[in-house]
Amino acid sequence: MDGFEVFFVEKWPYLATVLMILIGLYGMVLKRNLVKKLIGMNIFQGAIILFFIIHGWKRGATVPVYDEAFGDLPANYVNPIPHGLMLTAIVVSVATTGVALALLSLIYKRFGTLEEDELLRELRAEPAGAPSSGEMASQREDVEGAEPDDGGQR
Amino acid sequence: MDALHTFHSTRPLWALLVSLLAIPLIVATGERHRNLRETWTILAAVAKTVLVWSMLPWVLQGRVPEISLWRITPSVELALRVDTLGLVFAIVASTLWLLTSLYSIGYVRGAGEHKQTRYFASFAMCLHATIGIAFAANLVTFLIFFEMLSIATYPLVIHKETPVALAAGRKYLSFVLPAGLMLLLAVVLTASIHPGGLDFQAGGFLSGDDASRVLLRWIFLFFILGVGVKAAIMPLQSWLPAAMAAPTPVSALLHAVAVVKAGVFGVLRVTGYVYGPHLLKDIGVWTALAWFAGVTLTVASLLALRQDNLKRRLAYSTVGHLSYIVLGAAILTPYGLIGSVLHLMFHATMKITLFFCAGAIYVRTHKEQISDMVGIGRQMPITMGAFAVGSLGLAGIPGINGFFSKWNLALGTAQGGQWIFLGLLVLSGVLNAAYFFPIVQQAFFRRNPEFSSYGEASMWMVVPLALTALMSLVLGLAPNLAAHAWDLARAVSAAVMGGAG
Amino acid sequence: MSVKWTSRLWAGAGTALATLVSAVGVAAAAGHEMAQAHGDLSAIHGAATQSPDAFQIPAMVLAPLLIGVVLVPALGRLRRSLAYQVTVVVFVAYLAVALKALTTVLAHGTLHYKMAGWMPPVGIEWTLDALSAFVVLVLAVVAVMVAIYSGVAVRRQNPEREVPFFSMMVVMMLGLTGMVMTGDLFNLYVFFEVSSLSAYALMAVGDRKAPVSSFRYLLQGTIGASSYLMGVGYLYVLTGSLNMADVASLLPHLLGNPALTVALVLMVAGLGLKMALFPMHLWLPDAYTYASSTSTAIIAPVMTKVSAYVLIRMIYFVFDSNWVLSDLHLGFVVTWLAMAGVIWGSVMAIAQRDVKRMLAYSSIAQVGYIGVGIGTGNPWALVGAILHIMNHATMKSSLFMVTGIVEMQTGTRRLQNWNGLGRKMPWTFLAFTLAALAMVGVPPTNGFFSKWYLALGLAGAKQWVLLVLLVLSSLLTAGYFFRLLERIYARTGEDVGSGSARVGEAGDGGVREDGGANADGVKLAGASGSGIAGARDPGLALLLPPLLLGVGTLVLGLVNAWFVTEVIAKALPAALRIPGLGG
Repeated sequence: MDGFEVFFVEKWPYLATVLMILIGLYGMVLKRNLVKKLIGMNIFQGAIILFFIIHGWKRGATVPVYDEAFGDLPANYVNPIPHGLMLTAIVVSVATTGVALALLSLIYKRFGTLEEDELLRELRAEPAGAPSSGEMASQREDVEGAEPDDGGQR
Repeated sequence: MDALHTFHSTRPLWALLVSLLAIPLIVATGERHRNLRETWTILAAVAKTVLVWSMLPWVLQGRVPEISLWRITPSVELALRVDTLGLVFAIVASTLWLLTSLYSIGYVRGAGEHKQTRYFASFAMCLHATIGIAFAANLVTFLIFFEMLSIATYPLVIHKETPVALAAGRKYLSFVLPAGLMLLLAVVLTASIHPGGLDFQAGGFLSGDDASRVLLRWIFLFFILGVGVKAAIMPLQSWLPAAMAAPTPVSALLHAVAVVKAGVFGVLRVTGYVYGPHLLKDIGVWTALAWFAGVTLTVASLLALRQDNLKRRLAYSTVGHLSYIVLGAAILTPYGLIGSVLHLMFHATMKITLFFCAGAIYVRTHKEQISDMVGIGRQMPITMGAFAVGSLGLAGIPGINGFFSKWNLALGTAQGGQWIFLGLLVLSGVLNAAYFFPIVQQAFFRRNPEFSSYGEASMWMVVPLALTALMSLVLGLAPNLAAHAWDLARAVSAAVMGGAG
Repeated sequence: MSVKWTSRLWAGAGTALATLVSAVGVAAAAGHEMAQAHGDLSAIHGAATQSPDAFQIPAMVLAPLLIGVVLVPALGRLRRSLAYQVTVVVFVAYLAVALKALTTVLAHGTLHYKMAGWMPPVGIEWTLDALSAFVVLVLAVVAVMVAIYSGVAVRRQNPEREVPFFSMMVVMMLGLTGMVMTGDLFNLYVFFEVSSLSAYALMAVGDRKAPVSSFRYLLQGTIGASSYLMGVGYLYVLTGSLNMADVASLLPHLLGNPALTVALVLMVAGLGLKMALFPMHLWLPDAYTYASSTSTAIIAPVMTKVSAYVLIRMIYFVFDSNWVLSDLHLGFVVTWLAMAGVIWGSVMAIAQRDVKRMLAYSSIAQVGYIGVGIGTGNPWALVGAILHIMNHATMKSSLFMVTGIVEMQTGTRRLQNWNGLGRKMPWTFLAFTLAALAMVGVPPTNGFFSKWYLALGLAGAKQWVLLVLLVLSSLLTAGYFFRLLERIYARTGEDVGSGSARVGEAGDGGVREDGGANADGVKLAGASGSGIAGARDPGLALLLPPLLLGVGTLVLGLVNAWFVTEVIAKALPAALRIPGLGG
């Protein structure tokens, strides 16, 4: 194998991981829309899942279910542990996304926008140290709900 | 001196706790039953005084009562030990607390102070901490009570809750809290270079082998910064005049006796019982300390001359006299140390008399400026008579106890060949006379038609101040009476200087 | 309509968490499969001698919480008030087991529990050593105290939300306890996320702005957790194992490997973010401020501390601390960052006008102290760090609970509105004062002794500059607490608005069913900050927890040496044992 092939076969998974992490971070840090931030977070988590899966992979091996054709040599089966781990990690990731989406819908309901700039403007307008009555405030808002959502309709 | 022998006794613990136990009673009784509340204070003060004095015979025999409670850190116990120096301080603090409690009752009622429950509770807490400092057997215990005293004094400093008092409180905290941290730093460093234990030991427990001389000097600096704020060594003195915003009994007991004396007591502990004369001479820091004290006692006396507010003048006088004690400890001679310990006791009786008088004048006439007190001696003869005794004593006139302590201090400087410091002592004595005598002179020998309707303050105040003045007088004639001050001071000096000669 | 949106949050979070709890089971199943491949490795482990009934204890610690996760929502559905009662019972049971666990560990040494009977390093192992038992006990005490307090507080601040609230609380404690006890790197990640997700949900309750700050926390927290997971990935690639003890035994052969450094840095960065190590603290101030006082009271004392605990676990027990701290100079980085956090947090705390926000910044500073202790690598400093986990948990939860009480009684948490409250609410502010003095580090409160051991460690490590900074930094703490105490006790309400009507229901803290009136009261209070005139101490249910913890700071200070010699000294890693101390 020449260096070119080594690079793509052996190293590309790392490159892909790093690239995905960077894309994810870019989305989380620089995008101004909260949903896009959330998407960035998902890409970020995906990168790490990919990273694990790559390491479970072996050239020419098969799924870790006993197969006559492959015999009982462990080298002929891919490592199942990373897959098992990532199954859990995916559950975690989905759960995180679920909570995040619930938060986002709450934010949208309260402030009528998911754009960070507009949110910040709204937040600054409020007095600091107001008492905690979030739930109550939100309910009242919802009842009065008629206020038009002038921002964030995109 | 006989060999010391320590024995287990719970008496130091009770002496410590009795004022702490009074606090819940004081608070629970509250404003509704003022007489009952004051009864608790008096009872606690009497009990404390009796307990402390009852240990005097033991200490005079060279027996040291001691109690270890439990480990407060893995290597150090929370322990109390009543050695000679500690007992000296405890006797001063507890006896004068008793008198101050009586006086306080007259004062706060006469002046109509608010929040008296908090006042008496904090007072008891301060005394608890002071006795803790006196009896602390090791540096950690000492540090704990030292900090406790800093915090417990704060409510008393801001007691009046006027903007001036609050500002004074902030100033007070901004001095004593950093000081407490410096002390913590010093104790931590000592613990790290001397893991064997932090028990005070006459003659010092550190040795030159523990660490480099540079580090030892740094630690000494931190120690002195830590205790020096309370001892009001210049340039760390400015909280003390500011703290005079507190009610007079607070100034009297805390800023003439407990807090500031805790500071100089700390200096004595550090020089005599942590470092020891030998090591101090070796690392050569004692001259620096002596110079700071020497400059302080001169400059403070000069500043006192300029004050027209009586309490502020007394405060600067206190700054000066504290440095007498520090100087006595710093010059590392047997007589210097005797003078130092004697002055610790005697200055307390004299200065508290003066503060009591200032308070009595304030409650009766609401006058604080010296220039307004012309002719007051005719109206309040007992008060001003006591004032005259106190100020004569502080100026070092023979026949009053201040003479003895100053005489020994002077002997000490001579013994060490420190002629400059001797000169400073004499100069300061003259200045003392210069700022005290005019007050007495104008009080008695000049007439003021304005003072025609005043009389003495209430008996609650007059009796204590007469008693302290009498004490100063009696101790001046017979310094070894009752408290065996002379014997105790000699014992301290012998123990500390024993090794170093 | 109104209930729908807010409850959707709870539904989302609840479903997610139910899934996650079952994920623990998935992990166990993964272990099952692994057994085929690694069966023979199990001989390495499981040889520890322990009394026959003791080995069940790690499972027993989690059992009340696992039961609670099911019982609280189920019974809460029957009757709302049951959620609170069940939670308290669950936490008390948890505390009892935690106590039993600590005594057993101290008597018999480390306990290992093999999940589903699979031998480590294949199966997941739960380990209770002195360190984890100690931290579990701290968690349990805080949980019980805050749970008792929450009964009235949640009813008054978020009526009709008791069931999801208490469910989340139990789940979060489950996650944190799992993090502390697990001996498996990946299992730790799962518990990490269990606790984090429930914390996000809890933090979304509170001010109007709370969901926004919670969402930000979620993004940053996920970066932290993912970073940790990535580190685990590297470690797994290098060692082929996920069991902490196993990894630790394999690592010495790999010390030169750059991938190991990458793994370590990723893990430390991820954990640092979760413990709000400067400059990764950005999520904390908003999240703590806008969350409801009950949420903050349960999250603030434990969340960052458990992350700090995991950091200790990683640096000192999985990796070779000497290599990490000295050879890689990570000790230098961690201590200085932590010290920067101490100073920055304290300075920012001084600048705040909102008491809760002030406390949030002070949390950053206090976590910094723990970071300093971890990074120094001196046994005494580590003792200080571990002790401070407990000490800070007691004082901070007390302070946050008092802030919540004041908020409920007066409708304000602005600094200048606290004037003179000490006279009106003496018992509440007795708790506050004690905890504040502990924060400043006044002896003999426990805060003083944290500082003492940290300083002793820094002196031992000859870190003079850090030592001076450490000591002086408590001046900053004193700055903001004494300013507050002066207001509370010595000032009268002169700079308070002329609000006379008492709102926010300052009653005896008893049951209130009419949530609507309460809501109006709160709204009014928020608008003007009145209600101070009639403020008074709340009922026992609200008052007792912070008061007990406040007094606890004093008691823990006095008996700190017992904890140090009997517990923490035994919890130290073998390389850092202090001669003549502990086992």
